[in-house]
Amino acid sequence: MSKDEGLGSQLQVARHDNPKRAPSSAEMAWQERTLEPALKRSPERQEAFATLSDVPVERLYTAADLPGFDYARELGDPGEYPFTRGVHRTMYRGKLWTMRQFSGFGTPEDTNRRLHYLLDQGQTGLSIAFDLPTLMGYDSDHPLAEGEVGKCGVAVSSLADMETLLAGLPLDRVTTSMTINSPAAMIWAMYLVAAEKSSVSWKNISGTTQNDILKEYIAQKEYIFPPAPSMRLVVDTITFGAREVPRWNPISISGYHIREAGSTAVQELAFTLRDGIEYVEWVVRAGMAVDDFAPRLSFFFNAHNDLFEEIAKYRAARKIWARVMRERFEAKNPRSWMCRFHAQTAGCSLTAQQPYNNVIRTTIQALAAVLGGTQSLHTNSLDEAWALPTEEAVTLALRTQQVLAHEAGVANTVDPLAGSYFVEKLTLDTERACYEYFDRIDAMGGMVAAVEQGYPQKEIHDASYAYQQEVERGEKTIVGVNKYVGEERRPIEILQIDESVARHQGQRLAQLKKTRDAGRVESALQALGAAAGTDPNLMPVILECVRAYATVGEMCDVLRRVFGTYQEPAFR
Amino acid sequence: MMVERRIRVLVAKPGLDGHDRGAKVVARALRDAGMEVIYTGLRQTPEMIVSAALQEDVDAIGISILSGAHNTILPRIAELMREQGLEDVRLMVGGIIPDEDIPALKQAGVSAVFQPGASTHEIVDFIRTHARATPTQS
Repeated sequence: MSKDEGLGSQLQVARHDNPKRAPSSAEMAWQERTLEPALKRSPERQEAFATLSDVPVERLYTAADLPGFDYARELGDPGEYPFTRGVHRTMYRGKLWTMRQFSGFGTPEDTNRRLHYLLDQGQTGLSIAFDLPTLMGYDSDHPLAEGEVGKCGVAVSSLADMETLLAGLPLDRVTTSMTINSPAAMIWAMYLVAAEKSSVSWKNISGTTQNDILKEYIAQKEYIFPPAPSMRLVVDTITFGAREVPRWNPISISGYHIREAGSTAVQELAFTLRDGIEYVEWVVRAGMAVDDFAPRLSFFFNAHNDLFEEIAKYRAARKIWARVMRERFEAKNPRSWMCRFHAQTAGCSLTAQQPYNNVIRTTIQALAAVLGGTQSLHTNSLDEAWALPTEEAVTLALRTQQVLAHEAGVANTVDPLAGSYFVEKLTLDTERACYEYFDRIDAMGGMVAAVEQGYPQKEIHDASYAYQQEVERGEKTIVGVNKYVGEERRPIEILQIDESVARHQGQRLAQLKKTRDAGRVESALQALGAAAGTDPNLMPVILECVRAYATVGEMCDVLRRVFGTYQEPAFR
Repeated sequence: MMVERRIRVLVAKPGLDGHDRGAKVVARALRDAGMEVIYTGLRQTPEMIVSAALQEDVDAIGISILSGAHNTILPRIAELMREQGLEDVRLMVGGIIPDEDIPALKQAGVSAVFQPGASTHEIVDFIRTHARATPTQS
């Protein structure tokens, strides 16, 4: 198939009809003999049932819901195309998922202590949250950073902060995930230089930078630059990583934030995978062969309350991505076909009321991610509707994963729900709905164009408003919020971060600016500006800025001058 | 003749945080309740918010903050409102505001705090009851 054909036509081959349900004569007899008298005696609790995302759910699923179901086409064996049953042959029998608690607050010293603590508690990977000034490319001493330093993550303005953050951590033995997007290239460069300075080769480090700018425009809104130069930064990191840091995942294409912004499960899946297609198109257009980078693309999904809807979403994700990569992009390496993903339980499902209920929600969500075959998992803490978690709360969240892994028996066999009429039907329907979104976005000219028109933003907002109304009408139950509401409110201990973090970071920055080689900083930043105005890969010049201890804010200021900044389409 | 002027509300998202789900849901709910809503978009400074409130002649300002920056941002907005003579405009906040921060915010001039789980009806009712609803000539 030629690359010029539209995505829609290329995916025709993967599309199924939605065949009519054809119940067997035995099933029809059961309906007449058993069901109908029972329904007359006692009607069901509701007239209709639906998933959390309002997909209708029938009373019963049988073989009649899966006419012509072909095992090889729809499922395949584990570790083989189309990977519906999982990307690994033995799944958790071989190796459990990575338990990776997202963590970051206060100063680099504070977070360094928390990271060491989590490793001591049996956590198997690191995941770093940065504060809002860092995410937006401002140093801790910028006026717009006031009140925000260290609040939603750790404050990192320069290589010096990164070195403190990573002190004593075995960079060649742990994998580190960093949630950073607009300034991902700069923060990754700091990690690379920190490794270099502790004599760990780039060939031996492994981890993930989130680096998914499209979902920032769509959902989380931590964007700095306009789409085109932002996409260039993403392309530069992917191609640099493929050549220089072969075990690094240069991007984590994320549905998590799309779901948190209020999307349905299908929207989360469709927008995320369509973002993935967009990135692949841009990197291929920049001249890299698909199999040279696609094996290192990784994904990040939400794990929400509706157990089966979520499981179907993960299974459909693997299947769709495999087909897209093989048929649309003609990838030959099976690793390019694999949708490897991290999952995080749904922050937006946590309630401030009756916070202990959140432990139960998180357990169910984590179970969904495990039954859906995740590669790594973050479980939220019970106090996160109020603040970043205390050490006690985050330990309980980690223990939740350990109980699932070692006591619940769910890691003993591969894809245990395969063959469930309900789960397979939901998986097929999710897949079909996802391709329909692909068609619509394709017709708009791709995801960048769709974002500029505000299309995914509007879809998500409509879904979130509909959900809010259902909750307020009592059509959707949230225990402790609109049903089973208790009178008393038992306070829980929450983590407080005060303004001493900002003062501490301000002093560190002032000290740094006195001791670093100002001339070297100046010329490195000039080189960055010059390169940004032309074509070369920006990673080498960014690395040089970082080695000179230029700050995130200084580098982003240079790029803001060259690239401009982005304003989103108005919300009406 | 005298007609009831529609209540005008400025919905604003200050600080660096981009999580606008709540702000947009509230803006739409207020609109559905018949109010005129001006949504500022993201990353507004206190100065920008108060100047928009003045220009748009609003009856109430609703601020959405989830990032923990409320203790810095809200007193500043309240102070600027006083400087601009907007004492009769109601300042409300919704978001992740811990109980222990509420007394100081109220002291600083915040009329209402809507915590996680608040319904849009509570917000609509509060505005209808408390926002200045000045009849105008037409």
